[in-house]
Amino acid sequence: MKKKKWLPYLFVAPYLLHLIVFVAFPVFFSLFLTFHKWNIISPVEYVGVANYTRMFQDRMFWKAIFNTFKFLLIHIPLQLIFALALAEFLNQNIKFKGFYRAAFFLPVIVSGVVVTILWQQLLGFDSGLINRLLVIIGLEKVGWLIDPNIAMGSIAVMATWKNVGLYVILFLVGLQTVPPSYYEAAEIEGASHWQKFRYITLPLINPTIFMVVILSTIGGFSLFIEPYIMTGGGPLSSTLSSVLYIYKQAFEYYHMGYSATLGFFFAFLILMVVMIQKKYIETND
Amino acid sequence: MKKILIYIFLSLAAITFLYPFYWMIVASLSPESEIGGLLFLPSEFTFASYTQMFSKIPIGRALFNSILVATLTTTGVIAFSSMVGYALALMEFKGRNVIFYIIIFTMTLPFQITLIPNYITMVKLDLVDTYAALVLPFLLNSFAILLFRQAFLGMPRALIDAARVDGCSDLRILFQVLFPNIIPTIVIVGILTFMNSWNEVLWALIVIRDESLMTMPQMVTLFSVGGRAESQLGVKLASAVLLALPIMIAYSFFQKYFIQSMASSGLKE
Repeated sequence: MKKKKWLPYLFVAPYLLHLIVFVAFPVFFSLFLTFHKWNIISPVEYVGVANYTRMFQDRMFWKAIFNTFKFLLIHIPLQLIFALALAEFLNQNIKFKGFYRAAFFLPVIVSGVVVTILWQQLLGFDSGLINRLLVIIGLEKVGWLIDPNIAMGSIAVMATWKNVGLYVILFLVGLQTVPPSYYEAAEIEGASHWQKFRYITLPLINPTIFMVVILSTIGGFSLFIEPYIMTGGGPLSSTLSSVLYIYKQAFEYYHMGYSATLGFFFAFLILMVVMIQKKYIETND
Repeated sequence: MKKILIYIFLSLAAITFLYPFYWMIVASLSPESEIGGLLFLPSEFTFASYTQMFSKIPIGRALFNSILVATLTTTGVIAFSSMVGYALALMEFKGRNVIFYIIIFTMTLPFQITLIPNYITMVKLDLVDTYAALVLPFLLNSFAILLFRQAFLGMPRALIDAARVDGCSDLRILFQVLFPNIIPTIVIVGILTFMNSWNEVLWALIVIRDESLMTMPQMVTLFSVGGRAESQLGVKLASAVLLALPIMIAYSFFQKYFIQSMASSGLKE
Protein backbone atom coordinates (compact mmCIF):
# COMPACT_ATOMS: atom_id res chain seq x y z
CA MET A 1 0.00 0.00 0.00
CA LYS A 2 2.89 2.29 0.73
CA LYS A 3 4.02 2.80 -2.85
CA LYS A 4 0.52 4.04 -3.74
CA LYS A 5 1.20 7.25 -1.80
CA TRP A 6 3.61 8.74 -4.26
CA LEU A 7 1.98 7.34 -7.38
CA PRO A 8 -0.49 10.23 -7.90
CA TYR A 9 2.40 12.68 -7.66
CA LEU A 10 4.22 10.74 -10.33
CA PHE A 11 1.17 11.13 -12.56
CA VAL A 12 1.00 14.88 -12.09
CA ALA A 13 4.77 15.38 -12.07
CA PRO A 14 5.05 16.15 -15.81
CA TYR A 15 2.38 18.80 -15.43
CA LEU A 16 4.06 20.38 -12.42
CA LEU A 17 7.42 20.43 -14.16
CA HIS A 18 5.86 22.01 -17.23
CA LEU A 19 3.98 24.49 -15.04
CA ILE A 20 7.14 25.59 -13.29
CA VAL A 21 9.31 25.88 -16.40
CA PHE A 22 6.84 27.33 -18.92
CA VAL A 23 4.25 29.16 -16.82
CA ALA A 24 5.25 30.05 -13.26
CA PHE A 25 8.88 30.91 -13.89
CA PRO A 26 8.13 33.02 -17.00
CA VAL A 27 5.52 35.09 -15.14
CA PHE A 28 7.98 36.02 -12.38
CA PHE A 29 10.88 36.36 -14.75
CA SER A 30 8.75 38.63 -16.91
CA LEU A 31 8.09 40.87 -13.92
CA PHE A 32 11.82 40.87 -13.17
CA LEU A 33 12.63 41.80 -16.77
CA THR A 34 10.31 44.81 -16.72
CA PHE A 35 12.77 46.49 -14.31
CA HIS A 36 15.84 45.60 -16.35
CA LYS A 37 17.56 46.28 -19.60
CA TRP A 38 18.90 43.26 -21.41
CA ASN A 39 19.83 42.12 -24.90
CA ILE A 40 20.58 38.52 -23.77
CA ILE A 41 24.28 38.83 -24.65
CA SER A 42 25.53 41.58 -22.33
CA PRO A 43 24.87 41.48 -18.54
CA VAL A 44 21.44 42.36 -17.16
CA GLU A 45 21.22 45.98 -16.08
CA TYR A 46 18.78 47.29 -13.46
CA VAL A 47 16.93 50.34 -14.75
CA GLY A 48 14.14 50.85 -12.21
CA VAL A 49 10.88 51.92 -13.80
CA ALA A 50 12.57 53.23 -16.96
CA ASN A 51 10.84 50.61 -19.12
CA TYR A 52 7.44 51.70 -17.85
CA THR A 53 8.05 55.42 -18.32
CA ARG A 54 9.42 54.69 -21.77
CA MET A 55 6.35 52.63 -22.60
CA PHE A 56 3.91 55.37 -21.67
CA GLN A 57 5.86 57.88 -23.76
CA ASP A 58 6.24 55.48 -26.69
CA ARG A 59 4.03 56.63 -29.54
CA MET A 60 4.27 53.24 -31.25
CA PHE A 61 2.96 51.55 -28.11
CA TRP A 62 -0.13 53.80 -28.06
CA LYS A 63 -0.50 53.28 -31.77
CA ALA A 64 -0.55 49.51 -31.27
CA ILE A 65 -3.22 49.82 -28.57
CA PHE A 66 -5.25 52.18 -30.75
CA ASN A 67 -4.97 49.75 -33.68
CA THR A 68 -6.05 46.82 -31.52
CA PHE A 69 -9.16 48.63 -30.33
CA LYS A 70 -9.91 49.74 -33.87
CA PHE A 71 -9.66 46.11 -34.94
CA LEU A 72 -11.97 44.99 -32.11
CA LEU A 73 -14.51 47.73 -32.80
CA ILE A 74 -14.94 46.46 -36.37
CA HIS A 75 -14.33 42.77 -35.77
CA ILE A 76 -16.63 42.08 -32.80
CA PRO A 77 -19.87 43.56 -34.20
CA LEU A 78 -19.26 41.95 -37.61
CA GLN A 79 -18.54 38.63 -35.95
CA LEU A 80 -21.66 38.76 -33.76
CA ILE A 81 -24.03 39.85 -36.54
CA PHE A 82 -22.87 37.37 -39.15
CA ALA A 83 -22.42 34.44 -36.79
CA LEU A 84 -25.83 34.98 -35.24
CA ALA A 85 -27.57 35.48 -38.60
CA LEU A 86 -25.99 32.39 -40.15
CA ALA A 87 -26.72 30.31 -37.05
CA GLU A 88 -30.33 31.51 -36.91
CA PHE A 89 -30.86 30.55 -40.57
CA LEU A 90 -29.11 27.20 -40.15
CA ASN A 91 -31.34 26.51 -37.18
CA GLN A 92 -34.44 26.61 -39.41
CA ASN A 93 -35.86 23.50 -40.95
CA ILE A 94 -33.75 23.46 -44.12
CA LYS A 95 -31.85 21.01 -46.32
CA PHE A 96 -28.06 20.75 -46.85
CA LYS A 97 -27.40 21.90 -43.30
CA GLY A 98 -24.25 19.76 -43.10
CA PHE A 99 -22.89 21.24 -46.31
CA TYR A 100 -23.41 24.84 -45.23
CA ARG A 101 -21.91 24.19 -41.82
CA ALA A 102 -18.87 22.50 -43.34
CA ALA A 103 -18.39 25.40 -45.79
CA PHE A 104 -18.58 28.07 -43.09
CA PHE A 105 -16.16 26.14 -40.93
CA LEU A 106 -13.46 25.54 -43.55
CA PRO A 107 -11.45 28.77 -42.92
CA VAL A 108 -11.41 28.02 -39.19
CA ILE A 109 -9.25 24.92 -39.55
CA VAL A 110 -6.87 26.34 -42.15
CA SER A 111 -3.67 28.06 -40.98
CA GLY A 112 -3.80 31.84 -40.58
CA VAL A 113 -0.75 31.91 -42.86
CA VAL A 114 -2.78 30.44 -45.72
CA VAL A 115 -5.73 32.75 -45.14
CA THR A 116 -3.44 35.77 -45.02
CA ILE A 117 -1.55 34.91 -48.21
CA LEU A 118 -4.85 34.25 -49.94
CA TRP A 119 -6.45 37.51 -48.81
CA GLN A 120 -3.34 39.45 -49.67
CA GLN A 121 -4.11 38.51 -53.27
CA LEU A 122 -7.86 39.15 -52.95
CA LEU A 123 -7.21 42.61 -51.50
CA GLY A 124 -4.40 43.57 -53.89
CA PHE A 125 -4.78 47.01 -55.43
CA ASP A 126 -4.18 46.35 -59.12
CA SER A 127 -4.99 42.72 -59.76
CA GLY A 128 -6.79 41.80 -56.53
CA LEU A 129 -10.03 39.95 -57.07
CA ILE A 130 -12.15 42.34 -55.03
CA ASN A 131 -10.94 45.45 -56.84
CA ARG A 132 -11.42 43.70 -60.18
CA LEU A 133 -15.03 42.98 -59.24
CA LEU A 134 -15.48 46.60 -58.15
CA VAL A 135 -14.19 47.79 -61.52
CA ILE A 136 -16.53 45.39 -63.33
CA ILE A 137 -19.57 46.85 -61.59
CA GLY A 138 -18.27 50.34 -62.33
CA LEU A 139 -16.80 51.42 -59.00
CA GLU A 140 -13.41 52.83 -58.05
CA LYS A 141 -10.54 50.66 -56.83
CA VAL A 142 -10.02 50.73 -53.07
CA GLY A 143 -6.58 50.68 -51.42
CA TRP A 144 -7.56 47.88 -49.05
CA LEU A 145 -4.06 47.33 -47.72
CA ILE A 146 -2.28 50.50 -48.79
CA ASP A 147 -4.64 53.13 -47.37
CA PRO A 148 -3.73 53.70 -43.69
CA ASN A 149 -7.37 54.52 -42.88
CA ILE A 150 -8.67 51.26 -44.32
CA ALA A 151 -5.93 48.66 -43.83
CA MET A 152 -6.82 47.66 -40.26
CA GLY A 153 -10.48 47.40 -41.26
CA SER A 154 -9.52 45.06 -44.10
CA ILE A 155 -7.64 42.85 -41.66
CA ALA A 156 -10.63 42.88 -39.29
CA VAL A 157 -12.92 41.74 -42.12
CA MET A 158 -10.48 39.00 -43.06
CA ALA A 159 -10.28 37.83 -39.43
CA THR A 160 -14.08 37.74 -39.32
CA TRP A 161 -14.14 35.62 -42.47
CA LYS A 162 -11.62 33.25 -40.92
CA ASN A 163 -13.31 32.82 -37.52
CA VAL A 164 -17.01 33.30 -38.04
CA GLY A 165 -17.63 29.59 -38.76
CA LEU A 166 -16.56 28.67 -35.25
CA TYR A 167 -18.98 31.17 -33.74
CA VAL A 168 -21.78 29.95 -36.00
CA ILE A 169 -21.31 26.53 -34.42
CA LEU A 170 -21.21 27.98 -30.90
CA PHE A 171 -24.40 29.98 -31.55
CA LEU A 172 -26.07 26.89 -33.01
CA VAL A 173 -25.32 25.04 -29.79
CA GLY A 174 -26.72 28.01 -27.88
CA LEU A 175 -29.85 28.25 -30.02
CA GLN A 176 -30.62 24.60 -29.53
CA THR A 177 -30.74 25.05 -25.77
CA VAL A 178 -33.73 27.37 -26.11
CA PRO A 179 -36.81 25.27 -25.24
CA PRO A 180 -39.26 25.16 -28.21
CA SER A 181 -42.14 25.62 -25.78
CA TYR A 182 -41.06 29.24 -25.24
CA TYR A 183 -41.55 29.98 -28.93
CA GLU A 184 -44.85 28.12 -29.00
CA ALA A 185 -46.13 30.17 -26.09
CA ALA A 186 -45.01 33.37 -27.80
CA GLU A 187 -46.74 32.36 -31.02
CA ILE A 188 -50.01 31.89 -29.17
CA GLU A 189 -49.56 35.42 -27.82
CA GLY A 190 -49.11 36.58 -31.41
CA ALA A 191 -45.43 37.57 -31.19
CA SER A 192 -43.67 38.47 -34.45
CA HIS A 193 -40.52 36.73 -35.64
CA TRP A 194 -38.40 39.67 -34.56
CA GLN A 195 -40.08 39.88 -31.16
CA LYS A 196 -39.41 36.19 -30.54
CA PHE A 197 -35.78 36.69 -31.50
CA ARG A 198 -35.40 39.85 -29.43
CA TYR A 199 -37.17 38.78 -26.24
CA ILE A 200 -36.62 35.00 -26.16
CA THR A 201 -33.57 34.06 -28.20
CA LEU A 202 -31.23 36.96 -27.39
CA PRO A 203 -31.53 36.82 -23.58
CA LEU A 204 -31.18 33.05 -23.56
CA ILE A 205 -28.04 32.97 -25.67
CA ASN A 206 -26.43 35.79 -23.72
CA PRO A 207 -23.71 33.44 -22.38
CA THR A 208 -22.74 32.54 -25.95
CA ILE A 209 -22.61 36.21 -26.94
CA PHE A 210 -20.36 36.84 -23.98
CA MET A 211 -18.10 33.98 -25.01
CA VAL A 212 -17.84 35.22 -28.60
CA VAL A 213 -16.95 38.72 -27.40
CA ILE A 214 -14.28 37.37 -25.05
CA LEU A 215 -12.76 35.00 -27.61
CA SER A 216 -12.73 37.74 -30.26
CA THR A 217 -11.08 40.14 -27.83
CA ILE A 218 -8.36 37.66 -26.98
CA GLY A 219 -7.99 36.99 -30.70
CA GLY A 220 -7.65 40.71 -31.42
CA PHE A 221 -4.90 41.11 -28.87
CA SER A 222 -3.15 38.05 -30.32
CA LEU A 223 -3.20 39.38 -33.87
CA PHE A 224 0.25 38.79 -35.32
CA ILE A 225 0.72 36.74 -38.45
CA GLU A 226 -1.88 38.68 -40.47
CA PRO A 227 -0.12 42.07 -40.31
CA TYR A 228 3.30 40.37 -40.27
CA ILE A 229 2.69 38.84 -43.69
CA MET A 230 0.32 41.34 -45.27
CA THR A 231 1.62 44.75 -44.31
CA GLY A 232 4.56 44.37 -41.93
CA GLY A 233 2.56 46.69 -39.65
CA GLY A 234 2.22 49.42 -42.25
CA PRO A 235 1.14 51.59 -43.97
CA LEU A 236 2.24 54.28 -41.51
CA SER A 237 2.06 51.71 -38.68
CA SER A 238 -1.72 51.59 -39.11
CA THR A 239 -1.77 47.78 -38.74
CA LEU A 240 0.92 47.47 -36.08
CA SER A 241 -0.68 45.05 -33.60
CA SER A 242 0.28 44.52 -29.96
CA VAL A 243 1.98 41.17 -30.51
CA LEU A 244 3.70 42.39 -33.67
CA TYR A 245 5.14 45.27 -31.66
CA ILE A 246 6.36 42.93 -28.91
CA TYR A 247 7.93 40.77 -31.61
CA LYS A 248 9.65 43.72 -33.26
CA GLN A 249 11.05 45.08 -29.98
CA ALA A 250 12.32 41.63 -29.00
CA PHE A 251 13.61 40.18 -32.23
CA GLU A 252 14.50 43.15 -34.38
CA TYR A 253 16.04 45.34 -31.66
CA TYR A 254 16.73 42.75 -28.93
CA HIS A 255 15.15 44.92 -26.26
CA MET A 256 14.21 42.00 -24.00
CA GLY A 257 13.41 44.09 -20.94
CA TYR A 258 11.25 46.51 -22.86
CA SER A 259 9.41 43.83 -24.87
CA ALA A 260 8.73 41.91 -21.65
CA THR A 261 7.26 45.12 -20.23
CA LEU A 262 5.01 45.40 -23.28
CA GLY A 263 3.97 41.76 -22.93
CA PHE A 264 3.26 42.22 -19.25
CA PHE A 265 1.16 45.29 -19.87
CA PHE A 266 -0.81 43.82 -22.78
CA ALA A 267 -1.60 40.72 -20.73
CA PHE A 268 -2.83 42.96 -17.94
CA LEU A 269 -4.88 44.99 -20.43
CA ILE A 270 -6.52 41.85 -21.86
CA LEU A 271 -7.58 40.72 -18.39
CA MET A 272 -8.94 44.21 -17.63
CA VAL A 273 -10.90 44.43 -20.89
CA VAL A 274 -12.33 40.95 -20.41
CA MET A 275 -13.40 41.81 -16.85
CA ILE A 276 -15.12 45.00 -18.03
CA GLN A 277 -16.87 43.12 -20.82
CA LYS A 278 -17.96 40.47 -18.38
CA LYS A 279 -19.46 43.03 -16.06
CA TYR A 280 -21.16 44.94 -18.84
CA ILE A 281 -22.62 41.99 -20.72
CA GLU A 282 -23.78 40.13 -17.67
CA THR A 283 -25.63 43.07 -16.13
CA ASN A 284 -27.00 44.05 -19.51
CA ASP A 285 -29.41 41.16 -19.58
CA MET B 1 -40.90 32.38 -50.16
CA LYS B 2 -39.09 33.04 -46.89
CA LYS B 3 -37.35 29.67 -47.25
CA ILE B 4 -36.01 30.68 -50.66
CA LEU B 5 -34.50 33.85 -49.22
CA ILE B 6 -32.83 31.81 -46.52
CA TYR B 7 -31.36 29.45 -49.11
CA ILE B 8 -30.10 32.37 -51.19
CA PHE B 9 -28.48 33.99 -48.16
CA LEU B 10 -26.87 30.75 -46.98
CA SER B 11 -25.64 29.89 -50.46
CA LEU B 12 -24.11 33.33 -50.95
CA ALA B 13 -22.36 32.88 -47.62
CA ALA B 14 -21.12 29.43 -48.62
CA ILE B 15 -19.72 30.81 -51.87
CA THR B 16 -17.97 33.57 -49.92
CA PHE B 17 -16.21 30.95 -47.84
CA LEU B 18 -15.48 28.38 -50.55
CA TYR B 19 -14.70 30.41 -53.65
CA PRO B 20 -11.46 32.00 -52.34
CA PHE B 21 -10.07 28.52 -51.66
CA TYR B 22 -11.14 27.37 -55.12
CA TRP B 23 -9.47 30.44 -56.60
CA MET B 24 -6.27 29.82 -54.63
CA ILE B 25 -5.97 26.22 -55.79
CA VAL B 26 -6.76 27.00 -59.44
CA ALA B 27 -4.44 30.04 -59.39
CA SER B 28 -1.58 27.88 -58.09
CA LEU B 29 -2.11 25.62 -61.12
CA SER B 30 -2.35 28.47 -63.64
CA PRO B 31 0.36 30.09 -65.74
CA GLU B 32 1.82 33.08 -63.83
CA SER B 33 0.66 35.57 -66.47
CA GLU B 34 -3.01 34.56 -66.08
CA ILE B 35 -3.35 34.76 -62.28
CA GLY B 36 -3.96 38.50 -62.34
CA GLY B 37 -7.10 38.03 -64.43
CA LEU B 38 -8.25 34.65 -63.19
CA LEU B 39 -11.86 34.17 -62.19
CA PHE B 40 -12.79 30.53 -62.83
CA LEU B 41 -10.46 28.59 -65.14
CA PRO B 42 -7.12 29.34 -66.82
CA SER B 43 -6.49 28.56 -70.49
CA GLU B 44 -4.32 25.63 -69.38
CA PHE B 45 -3.22 23.93 -66.18
CA THR B 46 0.45 23.78 -65.26
CA PHE B 47 2.57 22.61 -62.35
CA ALA B 48 5.19 25.29 -63.10
CA SER B 49 4.55 27.15 -59.82
CA TYR B 50 5.03 23.95 -57.85
CA THR B 51 8.24 22.88 -59.58
CA GLN B 52 9.62 26.40 -59.08
CA MET B 53 8.68 26.35 -55.42
CA PHE B 54 10.35 22.99 -54.86
CA SER B 55 13.54 24.30 -56.45
CA LYS B 56 13.51 27.47 -54.31
CA ILE B 57 12.79 26.21 -50.80
CA PRO B 58 13.22 22.87 -49.00
CA ILE B 59 9.48 22.52 -48.60
CA GLY B 60 9.65 18.71 -48.50
CA ARG B 61 11.88 18.93 -45.45
CA ALA B 62 9.48 21.44 -43.87
CA LEU B 63 6.59 19.05 -44.48
CA PHE B 64 8.53 16.29 -42.72
CA ASN B 65 9.35 18.63 -39.80
CA SER B 66 5.73 19.68 -39.44
CA ILE B 67 4.48 16.10 -39.40
CA LEU B 68 7.18 15.09 -36.90
CA VAL B 69 6.56 18.02 -34.55
CA ALA B 70 2.76 17.75 -34.69
CA THR B 71 2.86 13.97 -34.13
CA LEU B 72 5.28 14.19 -31.20
CA THR B 73 3.28 17.00 -29.61
CA THR B 74 -0.04 15.21 -30.05
CA THR B 75 1.27 11.92 -28.64
CA GLY B 76 2.82 13.74 -25.71
CA VAL B 77 -0.29 15.75 -24.93
CA ILE B 78 -2.52 12.67 -25.01
CA ALA B 79 -0.17 10.65 -22.80
CA PHE B 80 0.72 13.32 -20.22
CA SER B 81 -2.62 15.12 -20.05
CA SER B 82 -4.53 11.87 -19.64
CA MET B 83 -2.24 10.91 -16.75
CA VAL B 84 -2.90 14.20 -15.01
CA GLY B 85 -6.60 13.96 -15.78
CA TYR B 86 -6.66 10.43 -14.37
CA ALA B 87 -4.93 11.50 -11.17
CA LEU B 88 -7.31 14.43 -10.72
CA ALA B 89 -10.40 12.34 -11.38
CA LEU B 90 -9.68 8.99 -9.79
CA MET B 91 -6.84 9.28 -7.28
CA GLU B 92 -6.88 10.68 -3.76
CA PHE B 93 -3.92 12.82 -2.80
CA LYS B 94 -3.01 15.97 -0.95
CA GLY B 95 -2.97 19.03 -3.15
CA ARG B 96 -5.36 17.62 -5.73
CA ASN B 97 -7.75 20.54 -5.52
CA VAL B 98 -4.92 23.05 -5.52
CA ILE B 99 -3.61 21.60 -8.78
CA PHE B 100 -7.10 21.63 -10.25
CA TYR B 101 -7.53 25.34 -9.47
CA ILE B 102 -4.06 26.15 -10.77
CA ILE B 103 -5.02 24.52 -14.07
CA ILE B 104 -8.22 26.58 -14.30
CA PHE B 105 -6.36 29.75 -13.34
CA THR B 106 -3.47 29.32 -15.79
CA MET B 107 -5.93 28.84 -18.66
CA THR B 108 -6.86 32.50 -18.40
CA LEU B 109 -3.25 33.67 -18.52
CA PRO B 110 -2.58 35.56 -21.79
CA PHE B 111 0.40 34.16 -23.70
CA GLN B 112 1.84 37.64 -24.25
CA ILE B 113 3.26 37.54 -20.74
CA THR B 114 5.20 34.29 -21.14
CA LEU B 115 6.38 34.77 -24.73
CA ILE B 116 9.63 36.64 -24.11
CA PRO B 117 10.68 34.75 -20.93
CA ASN B 118 10.04 31.42 -22.66
CA TYR B 119 12.26 32.45 -25.53
CA ILE B 120 15.00 33.33 -23.04
CA THR B 121 14.54 29.93 -21.37
CA MET B 122 15.07 28.30 -24.76
CA VAL B 123 18.24 30.33 -25.29
CA LYS B 124 19.60 29.48 -21.84
CA LEU B 125 18.79 25.76 -22.21
CA ASP B 126 20.52 25.83 -25.58
CA LEU B 127 17.35 24.65 -27.29
CA VAL B 128 17.10 27.30 -29.99
CA ASP B 129 17.14 25.52 -33.36
CA THR B 130 16.08 22.12 -32.03
CA TYR B 131 12.92 20.08 -32.40
CA ALA B 132 12.67 20.14 -28.60
CA ALA B 133 12.01 23.89 -28.73
CA LEU B 134 9.01 23.27 -30.96
CA VAL B 135 7.61 20.40 -28.90
CA LEU B 136 8.45 20.84 -25.19
CA PRO B 137 6.44 24.01 -24.45
CA PHE B 138 3.30 22.42 -25.90
CA LEU B 139 3.57 18.99 -24.29
CA LEU B 140 0.98 19.72 -21.63
CA ASN B 141 -2.25 21.47 -22.10
CA SER B 142 -4.68 22.61 -19.41
CA PHE B 143 -7.71 22.22 -21.60
CA ALA B 144 -6.77 18.65 -22.56
CA ILE B 145 -6.29 17.80 -18.87
CA LEU B 146 -9.77 19.08 -18.05
CA LEU B 147 -11.32 17.13 -20.93
CA PHE B 148 -9.64 13.91 -19.78
CA ARG B 149 -10.60 14.55 -16.17
CA GLN B 150 -14.21 15.02 -17.24
CA ALA B 151 -14.15 11.82 -19.29
CA PHE B 152 -12.67 9.77 -16.44
CA LEU B 153 -15.20 11.15 -13.95
CA GLY B 154 -17.90 9.77 -16.22
CA MET B 155 -16.49 6.24 -16.19
CA PRO B 156 -18.43 3.62 -14.19
CA ARG B 157 -16.73 3.00 -10.87
CA ALA B 158 -17.32 -0.77 -11.27
CA LEU B 159 -15.07 -0.91 -14.33
CA ILE B 160 -12.15 0.56 -12.42
CA ASP B 161 -12.74 -1.50 -9.29
CA ALA B 162 -12.93 -4.72 -11.31
CA ALA B 163 -9.61 -3.92 -12.97
CA ARG B 164 -8.08 -3.19 -9.53
CA VAL B 165 -9.27 -6.53 -8.21
CA ASP B 166 -7.62 -8.19 -11.20
CA GLY B 167 -4.40 -6.60 -10.02
CA CYS B 168 -4.03 -3.97 -12.72
CA SER B 169 -1.67 -1.10 -11.97
CA ASP B 170 -2.98 2.44 -12.42
CA LEU B 171 -1.03 2.86 -15.62
CA ARG B 172 -2.62 -0.26 -17.06
CA ILE B 173 -6.07 0.83 -15.92
CA LEU B 174 -5.52 4.19 -17.59
CA PHE B 175 -4.09 3.07 -20.92
CA GLN B 176 -5.61 -0.38 -21.37
CA VAL B 177 -8.93 -0.39 -19.51
CA LEU B 178 -10.10 3.22 -19.73
CA PHE B 179 -8.57 4.44 -23.01
CA PRO B 180 -10.77 2.23 -25.24
CA ASN B 181 -13.80 3.76 -23.47
CA ILE B 182 -12.92 7.41 -24.01
CA ILE B 183 -12.07 7.36 -27.72
CA PRO B 184 -14.17 10.49 -28.48
CA THR B 185 -12.19 12.51 -25.92
CA ILE B 186 -8.91 11.22 -27.31
CA VAL B 187 -10.00 12.14 -30.82
CA ILE B 188 -11.02 15.65 -29.74
CA VAL B 189 -7.75 16.25 -27.88
CA GLY B 190 -5.83 14.72 -30.79
CA ILE B 191 -7.42 16.88 -33.46
CA LEU B 192 -7.11 20.09 -31.45
CA THR B 193 -3.49 19.48 -30.56
CA PHE B 194 -2.45 18.36 -34.01
CA MET B 195 -4.16 21.29 -35.67
CA ASN B 196 -2.76 23.86 -33.25
CA SER B 197 0.71 22.43 -33.62
CA TRP B 198 0.41 22.28 -37.40
CA ASN B 199 -0.72 25.91 -37.60
CA GLU B 200 1.60 27.38 -34.94
CA VAL B 201 3.82 30.00 -36.50
CA LEU B 202 4.74 32.76 -34.00
CA TRP B 203 6.69 30.46 -31.68
CA ALA B 204 8.41 28.77 -34.61
CA LEU B 205 9.49 32.15 -36.01
CA ILE B 206 11.01 32.93 -32.62
CA VAL B 207 12.93 29.74 -31.82
CA ILE B 208 13.93 28.40 -35.24
CA ARG B 209 16.44 30.11 -37.52
CA ASP B 210 17.92 27.04 -39.18
CA GLU B 211 16.10 26.38 -42.43
CA SER B 212 16.39 22.60 -42.14
CA LEU B 213 14.35 22.67 -38.92
CA MET B 214 11.59 25.00 -40.05
CA THR B 215 7.99 23.82 -40.07
CA MET B 216 5.61 24.44 -42.96
CA PRO B 217 3.87 27.61 -41.72
CA GLN B 218 7.18 29.25 -40.86
CA MET B 219 8.75 28.27 -44.18
CA VAL B 220 5.74 29.50 -46.14
CA THR B 221 5.61 32.74 -44.14
CA LEU B 222 9.28 33.55 -44.64
CA PHE B 223 9.02 32.58 -48.30
CA SER B 224 6.11 34.93 -48.70
CA VAL B 225 7.53 37.96 -46.88
CA GLY B 226 11.14 37.41 -47.87
CA GLY B 227 12.35 38.11 -51.34
CA ARG B 228 12.66 34.54 -52.53
CA ALA B 229 9.23 34.28 -54.12
CA GLU B 230 10.42 37.23 -56.27
CA SER B 231 6.88 38.59 -56.14
CA GLN B 232 5.62 35.69 -58.21
CA LEU B 233 2.07 35.09 -57.09
CA GLY B 234 1.93 31.52 -58.36
CA VAL B 235 4.74 30.17 -56.17
CA LYS B 236 3.42 31.96 -53.09
CA LEU B 237 -0.02 30.51 -53.63
CA ALA B 238 1.42 27.07 -54.36
CA SER B 239 3.22 27.09 -51.01
CA ALA B 240 0.01 28.20 -49.27
CA VAL B 241 -1.93 25.37 -50.94
CA LEU B 242 0.65 22.86 -49.78
CA LEU B 243 0.37 24.17 -46.23
CA ALA B 244 -3.45 24.01 -46.28
CA LEU B 245 -3.86 20.68 -48.06
CA PRO B 246 -3.03 18.17 -45.29
CA ILE B 247 -5.45 19.77 -42.84
CA MET B 248 -8.11 20.16 -45.54
CA ILE B 249 -7.84 16.49 -46.48
CA ALA B 250 -8.07 15.46 -42.84
CA TYR B 251 -11.05 17.81 -42.48
CA SER B 252 -12.87 16.22 -45.40
CA PHE B 253 -12.65 12.83 -43.67
CA PHE B 254 -13.21 13.84 -40.05
CA GLN B 255 -15.34 16.93 -40.54
CA LYS B 256 -17.72 16.15 -37.68
CA TYR B 257 -14.89 15.61 -35.24
CA PHE B 258 -13.15 18.81 -36.29
CA ILE B 259 -16.28 20.86 -35.70
CA GLN B 260 -16.99 19.11 -32.42
CA SER B 261 -13.41 19.61 -31.21
CA MET B 262 -13.30 23.28 -32.03
CA ALA B 263 -16.75 23.87 -30.56
CA SER B 264 -15.71 22.23 -27.30
CA SER B 265 -12.57 24.36 -27.15
CA GLY B 266 -14.72 27.45 -27.59
CA LEU B 267 -17.07 26.37 -24.86
CA LYS B 268 -14.34 26.19 -22.25
CA GLU B 269 -14.77 29.80 -21.12
